[in-house]
Amino acid sequence: MNIFNLIRIAFRALLRNKLRAFLTMLGIIIGVGAVIAMVAIGQGSKESIQSQLSSMGSNMITVSPSSNINGGVRIAGTSFQTLTEKDIKALQRGAENITSISPSVTSRGQAINGALNWPTQIQGVSPDYLDIRKLTVKDGISFSNENVTVSAKVCLLGQTVIDNIFPNGENPIGKVIRFNRIPFQVIGILSPKGQNAFGQDQDDIIIAPYTTVQKRILATIYYQNIYASAASAESTDAAVSEMTEILRDSHRLRDIEDNDFQVRTQAELINTLSSTSGLLTTLLTVIAGISLVIGGIGIMNIMYVSVTERTKEIGLRMSIGARGIDILMQFLIEAIIISIIGGIIGVVVGILSSHIVTLTLKWPTIISESSIVVSFIVCAITGIFFGYYPAQKASRLDPIEALRYE
Amino acid sequence: MSKTVKKILEIHDLKREFQVGSETVRALKGISFDVNAGEFVTIMGSSGSGKTTLLNILGCLDKPTDGTYLLDNVDIKKLSRDELATLRNHKIGFVFQAYNLLPRTSALENVELPLLYNKDISSSERRERAIHALEAVKLADRHDHTPNQLSGGQQQRVAIARALVNEPVMILADEATGNLDSRTSYEIMALMQDLNQTQGKTIVFVTHEPDIAAFSSRTITLKDGKIQKDTNNDNPKSAKEILAGLPVTEDY
Repeated sequence: MNIFNLIRIAFRALLRNKLRAFLTMLGIIIGVGAVIAMVAIGQGSKESIQSQLSSMGSNMITVSPSSNINGGVRIAGTSFQTLTEKDIKALQRGAENITSISPSVTSRGQAINGALNWPTQIQGVSPDYLDIRKLTVKDGISFSNENVTVSAKVCLLGQTVIDNIFPNGENPIGKVIRFNRIPFQVIGILSPKGQNAFGQDQDDIIIAPYTTVQKRILATIYYQNIYASAASAESTDAAVSEMTEILRDSHRLRDIEDNDFQVRTQAELINTLSSTSGLLTTLLTVIAGISLVIGGIGIMNIMYVSVTERTKEIGLRMSIGARGIDILMQFLIEAIIISIIGGIIGVVVGILSSHIVTLTLKWPTIISESSIVVSFIVCAITGIFFGYYPAQKASRLDPIEALRYE
Repeated sequence: MSKTVKKILEIHDLKREFQVGSETVRALKGISFDVNAGEFVTIMGSSGSGKTTLLNILGCLDKPTDGTYLLDNVDIKKLSRDELATLRNHKIGFVFQAYNLLPRTSALENVELPLLYNKDISSSERRERAIHALEAVKLADRHDHTPNQLSGGQQQRVAIARALVNEPVMILADEATGNLDSRTSYEIMALMQDLNQTQGKTIVFVTHEPDIAAFSSRTITLKDGKIQKDTNNDNPKSAKEILAGLPVTEDY
């Protein structure tokens, strides 16, 4: 008995009862379709959660001077002056896993507009900082590298500052305010970011070129912090070790010496991100498993009914020379054909329904190749597994009794 | 017998017993007969005579408890279940009372069926032989008809074509006219006689109708698991002549 004949026999048997074959397939179609659509929706939401988290700056890496011990007294790291322009240059040259980098210096003081004043903070940074913190300029323009080079007295205002020193809805752009005694021209307004996770108002800020803040307010050549952005959340760890290496080199630290700086990441955000995606994956795997098992039980159920219903046919086939293995293979191949064709239709249905979900509900969906391959393989295995017992039952029938079966 | 003829069936002291609970039912109590190539044998007997049991053994669907059965010189007692299936495929053509055609399957595909289980036959040869077998039963123009598009007589002729297609040494018919009206029965018998006389097919026909037995060249009558009578019929009736004598109906 050759396999092509068996496949031909199985195909003919299925074609003889198209509706039943289709109904059997339905379980597999829905199973595979659901898996693919679910995974697509899951991947889509995962991706959008990730992009939301990264807009909170999950890729951000902060370098700050380390605390140190001076004659037994621990001194706060911020009062150490170790980060300089040389470090920024070295990082810009050497670090491959970071996309943008900005120094940062801050000072507290009074923002003054005419008779109104407001205690706030000025942060001196490079234009890249906006990208690192995912800040956007709502109105006006950001400052340029040119402004940094010439220590221009320009600034960007956060919403809280505006609310307090421009309370009557005037347009602050172009106006000159003072920070302490230094006049700054307002060139842009930052989009509001609201509170951060600890209730700090992120909009209570003035942003200016770091050179301006260094020279005109703080009179220092050091930076308080360096901010950098890793290429992706995954490459954060690589970026940290790379930066540590470069900074040690730049600070000429010997192997026995401790770091005189600290490199920190948004570990909490990254953990949230990975646990969220882990949860989604588990959930979807469970759904996938359940729907495929149900599809498989559907196959087994119908195949059993089919074997009983076709007892006489089996008897006839045996009487004209089909061996037990031929009957077993016929029913097994029928089950496999059902599950494979069901699987193919299921893939199409899954892809279509993902697109429909995107079009109608505007949910982002991402169809992953692996979900297609895995669900397809699983449904072929399901076909073999659940088709085997009915097929075995059929192959063990006694031809005499099967022929007389009514 | 003037010349030696090939023996298709050699049966010697055939016994078959069934165990029903604690009782032993002896369905066949020692049967011996031979069938030569080209014979048309009817096996008769009332129900309970062991007719069906004998048929199952002749058809290699069952094995005897005792005694020997040689089909075309093969001792079936030594064969496994799978070897019996292959033997049935190569040497026996079954014709059943209920036709047993596959529903929703064309006549041609039904006839091809036994050849699908024979791996030595290519798909082109399979088709050719099926077409040829359908021609032999005068259904050459009904290839694509499914069983429910055919009359009872036509269905039985498809079944006969299916029995012929593997070129068996013996056609084994089980009450093959049992579901047909008398006119159609005569048509089937005429076909059987034609196959027997012009193509020399060996036919073993199990029936309980004496009417049908009159068309065969030999009748074996069973009673209570034993052969009651084994008579040669030197002058069988011709089904064709009887058909010619029947009034013409409009249906056919």
